[in-house]
Amino acid sequence: MPDTEKRPASAAYLAYLEQRRCSRRRVMAARILLLAGIILLWEAAAVLHWIDPFITSQPTRILRTIVTLYREGGLFLHAGVTIAETVAGFLLGTLAGTLVAVILWWSDFLAEVLEPYLVVLNSLPKIALGPVLIVWLGQGMQSIVAMALFVSLIVTIISVYAGFSQVDENKIKLLISFGATKLQILRLVILPASIPTIVSALKINVGLAWVGVIVGEFLVSRAGLGYLIVYGGQVFRLDLVMASVIILSAAAALMYQAVVLLEKYVLQWR
Amino acid sequence: MGAEVLVTVNNVSMTYHSPEGEIHALQDITLQVTEGEFVSIVGPSGCGKTTLLNIIAGLLTPTGGEVYIGDKKVTGPTSLVGYMPQSDQLFEWRTIWKNVLLGLEVQKKLRPETVAFAAQMLENYGLAGFKNAYPSQLSGGMRQRAALIRTLAINPSILLLDEAFSALDYQTRLLVADDIKQIITRENKTTILVTHDIAEAISMADRVVVLSKRPGRIKAVHDIRLTCAVRTPLRCREAPEFREYFNLIWKELDVHA
Ligand SMILES: Nc1ncnc2c1ncn2[C@@H]1O[C@H](COP(=O)(O)OP(=O)(O)OP(=O)(O)O)[C@@H](O)[C@H]1O
Ligand SMILES: [Mg+2]
Repeated sequence: MPDTEKRPASAAYLAYLEQRRCSRRRVMAARILLLAGIILLWEAAAVLHWIDPFITSQPTRILRTIVTLYREGGLFLHAGVTIAETVAGFLLGTLAGTLVAVILWWSDFLAEVLEPYLVVLNSLPKIALGPVLIVWLGQGMQSIVAMALFVSLIVTIISVYAGFSQVDENKIKLLISFGATKLQILRLVILPASIPTIVSALKINVGLAWVGVIVGEFLVSRAGLGYLIVYGGQVFRLDLVMASVIILSAAAALMYQAVVLLEKYVLQWR
Repeated sequence: MGAEVLVTVNNVSMTYHSPEGEIHALQDITLQVTEGEFVSIVGPSGCGKTTLLNIIAGLLTPTGGEVYIGDKKVTGPTSLVGYMPQSDQLFEWRTIWKNVLLGLEVQKKLRPETVAFAAQMLENYGLAGFKNAYPSQLSGGMRQRAALIRTLAINPSILLLDEAFSALDYQTRLLVADDIKQIITRENKTTILVTHDIAEAISMADRVVVLSKRPGRIKAVHDIRLTCAVRTPLRCREAPEFREYFNLIWKELDVHA
């Protein structure tokens, strides 16, 4: 605990705090100004015909599109579908990846046999397998979720397995000295010690799952933000494309924050 | 005290195999530890101290010789032996209480009387107020004490401490050594301590075993008799004989000798 909490703070410390607050405020103000500036410039450029709003869209038209989507009930439908697919994708990807990592940890032989395959699969752009997944699983949500899962699966296996291998040898030795079985070692030290690794994999997987889902929606879907983007592009409604992209960014940011909250919650002991 | 032999190390040798070749870690170690005795093992880095402790704990099978606890041959970990690895190794994600119960949990011995025993020990050794704290909230000395209580909770007859204090800074280390020694004496445990701190070895032990550099053999054994009124490790360092033992063992450990 810093001792400032007990004693009354010195003038110099108060000045330091004030300066910190001040610089934070300046950063925040600059951020808001930057966003407002971009929006205003974009709007002005469109109104003054410096650019053609038909192909670049413009803020007011995007806003109108979002409102229309909302009125027609499409906003929550499309955003909901995409969010559901993404959540399913990254949860399944993280779970399946962790499960495979457990199997690899259990069997050194298997881990060694599979290592080169993992390396190759990891460097492969998973998106390339999209058409294959669609042929196998059919046109629908299941293919999109599978895509999101697959995009994050390999990297999860590799990073979680690496996390397992980094668990302090001495902690394992301690458990063995108590007579622990392999299952007990897994349950009592390997998994709990790797929670930080698994959560950070989860964080990365959120981002990867969005990529998987959007590409999946480009390829097959009838609904979702990716579908709106492709559809908007095909019928040359750039307002719709831009609106979808903005909703997508908001959803992605929110989901990331949710995972950060989850991280704080599981890692309370830190 | 009826000096029953509790640990018998009989002609133990250990050779590790690795792609780089064979490593002879230990050679013909023979050693007996009697009940209630405190034995320190010192030796240069890499001479096989940890290896020897792991063999006694049943974590490693020696390539030659055997170890007995009482008259039972060691073939794997037993609850007669409490092993404390290097640094406290408390599990950061468990509370102190949960850490202390770890051994009992693994051995499926979480019974009212064993849990009460652990709670009593936390109480006796001043950690009762930290039951629900996480290890990161404790000082180095308190963590070490918690780790010792975790080991004592399974009520072993023999304690094996591997460089138990090496993660602590010098001053804490002296105090923790005092603290731990007092607990061990009170709980009347037989103890083998591995260290490369000569002063620590002499101040805590009834007997110091000096190992040679690799492959570790027993180079000398010293019965430690110090004249000091209060026999705590810290006060023992002031005993007149302390320097003599120190210089003697220092010379024996000299790698150039
Ligand atoms: N699993 C292993 N495989 C191969 N060699 C090993 C293994 N464990 C230890 N060794 C080697 O055996 C020798 C003795 O190791 P050990 O850890 O017992 O020494 P130590 O006396 O405890 O050393 P330190 O003072 O550094 O803790 C060292 O040279 C080490 O490199
Ligand atoms: Mg060692």
